Amino acid sequence: MQTPDGLDDLYQDIILDHYRSPRNQGVLEYPHLHGEGFNPFCGDQVDLTLTLSGDGRIDGVGFLGQGCSISQASGSMLSDQLKGKTIDEAEEFVRTFKGIMQGSDVSQEQEEELGEIAALQGVKQFPVRIKCALLSWTTLQDAINEYRKTVS
Amino acid sequence: MYDVSVIRNDFPILSRQVNGRPLVYLDNAATSQKPQSMIDALVNYYSGYNSNVHRGVHTLSMEATDAYEEARQKIATFINAPSPDNLIFVRNTSEAINLVEYSWAAANLKKGDRVVATEMEHHSNLVPWQHAVAKAEAELKLMKMAEDYSLDLSDLDELLTPQTKLVAFTQMSNVLGTITPAKEIIAAAHRVGALALVDAAQSVPHMPIDVQDLDCDFLAFSGHKMGGPMGIGVLYVKREVLEEMEPFLRGGEMVLEVTYENASWADLPMRFEAGTPSVADSIGLGAAIDYLTTLGMDNIRQHEVKLTSYAIERFKEIEEISTYGPGDMSIRGGVMSFTMGNVHPHDIGQVLDQAGVAIRTGHHCAMPLVRSRLHLPATARASFYLYNTEAEVDSLIDGLKTTLRFFGDANTRRA
Repeated sequence: MQTPDGLDDLYQDIILDHYRSPRNQGVLEYPHLHGEGFNPFCGDQVDLTLTLSGDGRIDGVGFLGQGCSISQASGSMLSDQLKGKTIDEAEEFVRTFKGIMQGSDVSQEQEEELGEIAALQGVKQFPVRIKCALLSWTTLQDAINEYRKTVS
Repeated sequence: MYDVSVIRNDFPILSRQVNGRPLVYLDNAATSQKPQSMIDALVNYYSGYNSNVHRGVHTLSMEATDAYEEARQKIATFINAPSPDNLIFVRNTSEAINLVEYSWAAANLKKGDRVVATEMEHHSNLVPWQHAVAKAEAELKLMKMAEDYSLDLSDLDELLTPQTKLVAFTQMSNVLGTITPAKEIIAAAHRVGALALVDAAQSVPHMPIDVQDLDCDFLAFSGHKMGGPMGIGVLYVKREVLEEMEPFLRGGEMVLEVTYENASWADLPMRFEAGTPSVADSIGLGAAIDYLTTLGMDNIRQHEVKLTSYAIERFKEIEEISTYGPGDMSIRGGVMSFTMGNVHPHDIGQVLDQAGVAIRTGHHCAMPLVRSRLHLPATARASFYLYNTEAEVDSLIDGLKTTLRFFGDANTRRA
């Protein structure tokens, strides 16, 4: 059987590459931010740990998870682009990505910021998979919310 | 003669396409497709004699009441209930089991009592009992799944103490396909004075069931898994048990006489059917049962045994596949749960859907079984019914091979 139509949009090479070789694998030992995400309906799990440098920028990222290709590739891609961002910038990044997955138009500037993460836009055609793509991002938002509680 | 190619013509949905391919519907454990005769019964009711039942003197109401009660009789005959009065119409299996919890268990479970279920239960036959034992300060114990995915009866005598008031178990696992030895379990329950409830959601649609031969006290199933409409299910209760039970829902239809202060209850089984019932859906279920009876439940079971055996053989061609279910077809229904290497079930389901093949992925509403006993986050599940063919199993296998090609290298990633 030939590869059915539509799948190439969903499972782009860059997504499969991140799924097969997730970046920033592991759990950091002394993270400033830590989030664990779980979707009991599909069994997708992610563990996200972040450290901050003296000037408040993310300088270490650990990502560990198991689950479907979309959830894991999305987490790996996110982990790859967090370094150097401040907490506020990371939060803005989450907001942008969530907006896109929920159907907002993407500006040229946003598309550039997303980089290879833009490949996940194909997921929009498969609504049941959107929550897979968002799992790591909502986990990051949870971690940020927790962090804000402890430092404020 | 059982001719699937002819049978398929009775199911209009089977001729549609999905994503440009012919639909291969293998999610029958979730819900079955509907024969035209059942669809016609719904349309005929609404276009010909729609009316409320049991209270009108006019013609339409009498026709509707007759058809509604005729449906109850058909179901009684189908599962060999002594009388249609043993049957309560509910929405689905979950509601049937909740009815038993609220009307029977709430009055009969006391502190220190025991309810026994199995590790294979669907949430619908587990969560109500968790709730019931918590309220009564009773305990819930589980029969175990054996290594070969059968039900382990070796410690049944220890499990069934004199404090055991109810044994509630599935007759066919919706994840493993395991058919449990219902008669044996029911007899053991009765020996200690416990009642027995059979979750027959997966068994009644696929094999002949005789409630008098089983000697069960309660038996619950849903219409939509057997060609009937969604929103209609049945609870069978033994007469002497039913007579002692308090109503579940109170209101219209279920009363004999009402004053501003008090009410007395209608006869059985209407005492348990408060409010306007799903008349059309009950009639639809009756039509589905007519259809199944014409084909013959023995023939349907044989067809599914043959098809599942074929699927088991073909699954062996893909070495990355692990399956979860008994190898012995005498205790196995047409349910195939499987995983394929490290490819997540979601991804399997997605690629198959693009090929027109519908399967289910996830925990199949049996989260503890999948997670704590199979030690999996999720499985993929193909489940068969009377209209599925070997060619459809072939489409499934082709789709799985495509999936592997797509995700193949994933097997080499981290452990």
